Amino acid sequence: MRGTTKYGSCWKVAAQNRPPRSFYYSLSASTRKATALQDFSYAAATTIDEAVSLLSAGGDRARVLAGGTDIIVQLREGLRSADLVVDVKKIPELMALDFDPARGLLLGAAVPCYRLYDDERIAAAYPALVDSARIIGGWQIQGRASIGGNLCNSSPAADSIPSLIALGATCRIAGPAGTREVPVAEFCTAPGRNCLARGEFLVSLVLPAPRGGSAYLRFIPRNEMDIAVVGVGAWVELDPSGQKIADARIALAAVAPTPVVAAEAGKSLVGQPASEASFKAAGEAAKKVARPITDRRGPADYRTHLVGVLTQRVLATAVERAKSKK
Amino acid sequence: MSKRIHVSTTINGAPTEFLCEARQSLLEVLRDTLRLTGSKEGCGNGNCGACTVLLDGVPVDSCLVLAVEAEGADITTVEGLAHDTRLHPLQQCFLEGAALQCGICTPGFLVTAKALLDRNPKPTEHKIRFQLSGNLCRCTGYDKIVRAVQEAAKALDGNGRAEKKAAAKPRAAAH
Ligand SMILES: Cc1cc2nc3c(=O)[nH]c(=O)nc-3n(C[C@H](O)[C@H](O)[C@H](O)COP(=O)(O)OP(=O)(O)OC[C@H]3O[C@@H](n4cnc5c(N)ncnc54)[C@H](O)[C@@H]3O)c2cc1C
Ligand code: FES
Ligand code: FES
Repeated sequence: MRGTTKYGSCWKVAAQNRPPRSFYYSLSASTRKATALQDFSYAAATTIDEAVSLLSAGGDRARVLAGGTDIIVQLREGLRSADLVVDVKKIPELMALDFDPARGLLLGAAVPCYRLYDDERIAAAYPALVDSARIIGGWQIQGRASIGGNLCNSSPAADSIPSLIALGATCRIAGPAGTREVPVAEFCTAPGRNCLARGEFLVSLVLPAPRGGSAYLRFIPRNEMDIAVVGVGAWVELDPSGQKIADARIALAAVAPTPVVAAEAGKSLVGQPASEASFKAAGEAAKKVARPITDRRGPADYRTHLVGVLTQRVLATAVERAKSKK
Repeated sequence: MSKRIHVSTTINGAPTEFLCEARQSLLEVLRDTLRLTGSKEGCGNGNCGACTVLLDGVPVDSCLVLAVEAEGADITTVEGLAHDTRLHPLQQCFLEGAALQCGICTPGFLVTAKALLDRNPKPTEHKIRFQLSGNLCRCTGYDKIVRAVQEAAKALDGNGRAEKKAAAKPRAAAH
């Protein structure tokens, strides 16, 4: 016991001293304590069509509920409001987790993170995505939080999005006009905004058959439970010699209003030896697409510097993983 | 809109029904409606883990679960850990190792640690720290908590196994 602190007040200190979340995470940022949620109704859709009609009828006043780790906080803290919450976890397609080494991964939009790392085959096939799933909040958050929700919340600092982009994932979207597909790289449009139109929602994410190696790394000042100051996801494929890079994709978080693809950095690696010098050059190229802001998580020039360092490191891990598979 | 919804669920092995509003959290209903006040509200936003319960065996923050989502689910709260008057080895080790001071965080740590030991009876210290990173303690410090979990793992591994088996029958419904 701390001599001078009363038990009661000491917990309040704990709640209020949480590390502040940045502008980049402002959709769930609050140090206020609020218990009661605003009033809304709840519907659990059991089919895609049912969800589309509920969401079409509700328009702006209806919100999808997946794991609730963003939306319940946002509703409680008054950052968003809704008249209707549509639970999508009873729709079979949203909870699908189908992996086939030859065809790829079909990841239902509401599948909680822990199911990804609990499946050894998926963890081995898509290590970048699993790196992300393991660090989104703590275990209790991962028991509920979905990759689909992480994407649809569309925070620039979301930890799964660079991995999804690097792995070449596509969104399967259902809506009043039927279904359509959008690359994850084109999904987010602004902080907290994405390309979903009225009545549309994310059904699943489709990842191509696993090739090469991948990794995700973020920088945070703590060991766990924090929002990325910068995040970098990378995927690489080696040529048959195993010494040169045949293809690469790199994506960044928390350095722009949306997650961004570092296209030049990826291209610069093609045909290059899988060496520290190449990784460093790619890091320099990645820094050029970073347009960070200065906030309490870090000044802009520091973030840009981190992009270089993390890109270099994440490429080394991705290459190591690609080699270990050969 | 504040229509009350009927929810049927299983809590600590007992079939339980309650009425709630859509906006109520599972934590709110556990504490205020069902009077299961073991689960605590530390932050109300998923950061502290004081409200941790097992939802179909998976640890979750009950402040971030709507009570209506408990329909058909199997929930374990800290009240489900002890058998009658006999404490769960984790509870015993927390007591003996002084792994609590104010105790607000303790139910959450106990439930998360139980989920860990159920899956991994011999976790490394690093694993314990990683899995407990969603539980915050503001007064005890984490070393004693981690040691208590290590002690409980040992207890469960030795005579604890027998105790678990003996207890399996009456508690079968809880799992
Ligand atoms: C304590 C804590 C720590 C966290 N740490 C991290 C972290 O380290 N890194 C990180 O990236 N995030 C973190 N988060 C944020 C959060 O856990 C993730 O963004 C999570 O992945 C969201 O998924 P969900 O299933 O809970 O989504 P929900 O909260 O259910 O939904 C999120 C948003 O997306 C919409 N939505 C959800 N599913 C769909 C769908 N299928 N179609 C259309 N719209 C949909 C919802 O309407 C809502 O606006 C943290 C949150 C908390 C509370
Ligand atoms: S009260 Fe639920 S995590 Fe703090
Ligand atoms: S014992 Fe007081 S917060 Fe942990």
